[in-house]
Amino acid sequence: MTAATRLAGPLRQSGRLFALAATTVREVFRRPFQVRELVEQFWFVASVTILPAALVSIPFGAVIALQVGSLTQQLGAQSFTGGASVLAVVQQASPLIVALLIAGAGGAAICADLGSRTIREELDAMEVMGVSPVQRLVVPRVLATMLVAVLLNGLVSVVGVLGGYFFNVVLQHGTPGAYLASFSALAQLPDLYIGEFKALVFGFVAGVVAAYRGLNPRGGPKGVGDAVNQSVVVTFLLLFFLNMVLTAVYLQIVPPKGA
Amino acid sequence: MGIEVIVEGLTKSFGRQTVWQDVSLTLPPGEVSVLLGPSGTGKTVFLKSVIGLLKPERGRVLVNGVDMVNSPERDIYEVRKLFGLMFQDGALFGSMSLFDNIAFPLREHTRTKETKIRRIVMERMEMVGLLGAERKLPGEISGGMRKRAGLARALVLDPQIVLCDEPDSGLDPVRTSYLSQLLIDLNAQTDATMLIVTHNLDIAATVPDNMGMLFRRGLVAFGPREVLLTSEEPVVRQFLTGRREGPIGMSEEKDEATLAGELRYGAQLSGPPGPLPAQLEPSPGLPARSAVRRRQARVRELWDELPAPARAALGAAAAPGPGERA
Repeated sequence: MTAATRLAGPLRQSGRLFALAATTVREVFRRPFQVRELVEQFWFVASVTILPAALVSIPFGAVIALQVGSLTQQLGAQSFTGGASVLAVVQQASPLIVALLIAGAGGAAICADLGSRTIREELDAMEVMGVSPVQRLVVPRVLATMLVAVLLNGLVSVVGVLGGYFFNVVLQHGTPGAYLASFSALAQLPDLYIGEFKALVFGFVAGVVAAYRGLNPRGGPKGVGDAVNQSVVVTFLLLFFLNMVLTAVYLQIVPPKGA
Repeated sequence: MGIEVIVEGLTKSFGRQTVWQDVSLTLPPGEVSVLLGPSGTGKTVFLKSVIGLLKPERGRVLVNGVDMVNSPERDIYEVRKLFGLMFQDGALFGSMSLFDNIAFPLREHTRTKETKIRRIVMERMEMVGLLGAERKLPGEISGGMRKRAGLARALVLDPQIVLCDEPDSGLDPVRTSYLSQLLIDLNAQTDATMLIVTHNLDIAATVPDNMGMLFRRGLVAFGPREVLLTSEEPVVRQFLTGRREGPIGMSEEKDEATLAGELRYGAQLSGPPGPLPAQLEPSPGLPARSAVRRRQARVRELWDELPAPARAALGAAAAPGPGERA
């Protein structure tokens, strides 16, 4: 029995997580749509993530540029530094930075907010008044994290690429022309699409996981703290796993440029 | 007229711990009922089960033909609009002002104009004595005020079933009496079915038409108020007199040995109940409660099953005439 319950616990949790995700998707289409809440949440998530995202993406772009630059130098393919580092930033680094910030800053705040409302019985009160908390609170939050993730991904890509360019050209004495030429030789538009698509999916997952943990804290203020902690960790695990799957699928179905 | 709430064979447990089992009772339409019970006997859990927030393992709760335990969420959400639930600590939305809190159900479920919303909300706030505090946030007011605001919010849609979770906790005795009167007046005006969960003896003695008590994972009794107020049941007597002697201990219940010891030393388990306190009447100027008449008819039908002290307390006036007796 103990083995069965030990197995059933996580299964039940993931089942309920999926159920919440499905309900959220369904409730998106139910009127009245909570425009005000969406705008407020969007603004909130954006305001806590923009600055850290920009600040993280500069060194990240630089690190990739330096690393790739020194590798290509050893291989004697220095002229391809630009293309390689840009691809790495747009396809991998940028969605992951977005994921970390959306989950760590936005998701944690959402989870803490919903969690404290749950233990204060605010959500029960809402249900009692015949208002669905999923439709009223979760949907606007999940849409806000998705939207912010997509837009933030654009910002991080641009800042990351600029950072890489700066470090490659100014510090490693690469030529600007080679940087740009290799970029257009290797990169293609679908690379950007997959980056944005990843950001969209990551935003959805981060929003749903934060909402799920926030709606089900285990008793009292400490429970809310634990829930926030777990929501961030669970989101990270899910996002890195999803990133692997999406990358593998993308590399299989989209042929590299010039191949 | 209010709506009947039928509870049948309800059993709820958290993990291996049973909160109560096989609870069956009927809240008569339009009447005021009180559910008593020592702390920790699952009174709040019972309220939340009635409204479908918690799902008991067995049994059902029928409101307007909808089973609040097993029906699909959609139906339950519809029926909940008939309810007004006053939470123990108000459960106000922390980010909204009192005004917005109380206006919330109106804005969600009706297409009322803002001017009319304002009028209704102010009327309710005056009723619970909160005029002037409408711009305050729930974090800025006292617990008693939060509670009254919670009541105002529960009443704003003119619910047909009102559930109150410990309306007295956090209120001073004067405000508690006002609140008792408010509930009776409300019942006279709207004829809503009411269930009040409390362990306040004043409310229990003066407000309800019917009383029930939860103890030891079950419903001890439920019936017209006279039945419980005159009951010889040790648990009920101990609770209503607030003594230490009896089956209720500090931690839920006493063990058999302590109880036997008390009996040996001649501790009196049940004193003879004095004359019953009168039930509250609606304030002057309000219509009489139509529940009173319906309850009289019901009591007459039950007459032969009622215990003798309850019959005496009800008085000769309530007794059915010779012709009416079946």
